[in-house]
Amino acid sequence: MDSADLAAVWLTLRLATVVTVVLLIVGTRIAWWLAHTRSPLKGVVGALVALPLVLPPTVLGFYLLVAMGPNGPLGHFTQAIGLGLLPFTFPGLVVASVFYSLPFVVQPIQNAFEAIGERPLEVAATLRASPRDAFWSVAVPLARPGFISGAILGFAHTVGEFGIVLMIGGNIPGSTRLISVQIYDHVEALEYGQAHALAGGMVLFSFVVLLALYTFNPGPRKAVGT
Amino acid sequence: MATMATIVLFFGNEIGRAGLLALLLAPLLATPSYADEVMVAVAANFAAPMQKIAVEFERATGHKAMLAFGSSGKLFAQIVNGAPFEVLLAADEAIPAQLERDGHALGGSRFTYATGRLALWSAQPNTVDSHGDVLRKNAFGHLALANPKTAPYGAAAIEVMKKLGVLGSLQAKLVQGENVAQTYQFAATGNADLAFVALSQIWQEGRISSGSAWIVPATLHQAVRQDAVLLEAGRDKAAAGALLAYLKGDTARAIIKSYGYAL
Repeated sequence: MDSADLAAVWLTLRLATVVTVVLLIVGTRIAWWLAHTRSPLKGVVGALVALPLVLPPTVLGFYLLVAMGPNGPLGHFTQAIGLGLLPFTFPGLVVASVFYSLPFVVQPIQNAFEAIGERPLEVAATLRASPRDAFWSVAVPLARPGFISGAILGFAHTVGEFGIVLMIGGNIPGSTRLISVQIYDHVEALEYGQAHALAGGMVLFSFVVLLALYTFNPGPRKAVGT
Repeated sequence: MATMATIVLFFGNEIGRAGLLALLLAPLLATPSYADEVMVAVAANFAAPMQKIAVEFERATGHKAMLAFGSSGKLFAQIVNGAPFEVLLAADEAIPAQLERDGHALGGSRFTYATGRLALWSAQPNTVDSHGDVLRKNAFGHLALANPKTAPYGAAAIEVMKKLGVLGSLQAKLVQGENVAQTYQFAATGNADLAFVALSQIWQEGRISSGSAWIVPATLHQAVRQDAVLLEAGRDKAAAGALLAYLKGDTARAIIKSYGYAL
């Protein structure tokens, strides 16, 4: 691996870390709402969250490119608040990846919240725990396996991102050139040796992550004994 | 039937016992195939003219050209690994030559079917002047080009900026598309103010179809010679040979020219 490869690896890890943190904050709120709401909008929001599971990344990438561009609604917004345009920037990749990996974080956490049910929270309330207190000291510890699954899947999925990055990244070293794009470039340039080093590393990394997930994380339902 | 056998063999080799599954699925997977069909791999920048040529080719010869588009590097990897393409229309000279050296293409079948022209383009009218001075003034946001490492039009763009002495000052503004199609998209959506694209992408009926552009003089970069080659799979196919011959004929050349390619 040369320095360009290492830069891509480092950038990818940075992106996945930032995206995972953002997703744990945003995703937990959405998962909590989905798990407890009786709103008729539940189905709509659930479907929107799950869209990236079925849409090709090129579709998401193309619409993000248009939406974040100077004539798109997101582009108008980011320019109005002085951030400039998001395509071809690291923050742009963060925003895109948050959309892209959202279901991988929301769904395990939502499942874990649903498995807990209302009962432990009601008990906490009778013990005079505030909703906030009950959330932190009852729901979060009980849903821990869901958080671990969500964080690991969100991180791993972001590492594996390609189609969207290709569409909105612009292949800028150190800012949008991720491992997957670097591999693609090596293959396109017929540098199969370098492609193998990175691609093999990705396969190994993904396998180890999933192995750890399935070995050490028993899953939300078993953990709460339902 | 030939397609079916190819698919079964392919899967059989790749995943062993799943070959049996492929055998069962083959009737579903196989597309109807005719003796006078030719599978053509086409570089992305030549997609539009080739679709027109395929229609004329079928009208003139009765042979049907099945087209698959992609970047030359990707098509190379697919051909080397057994893709059933019989003819390749590449975006450069290097990849057909490499295929010939490696024995995947027939020696002596290679020829230049089009020479690409490079253009600096903006989706906005009155942005690009007819001499490319907009590059020296440097009063724009992003400048998109195809990845110079893998796309010949990207390499040509770098050459032009070097010759004009502006590469250093523009370096921070460059964004790369995977190929010229994506590079065009960056500028068409307004995310990049300028883009080095293939003239064929913005050329219609003898003029620039939208926005503003500078057709880069051929003296500023090496010619982007796009070569065609007959692949091993097309060795004994009459339709494959016929297509290559048709590409050299007047009708095809007129279509190629109408998209802004030189010959």
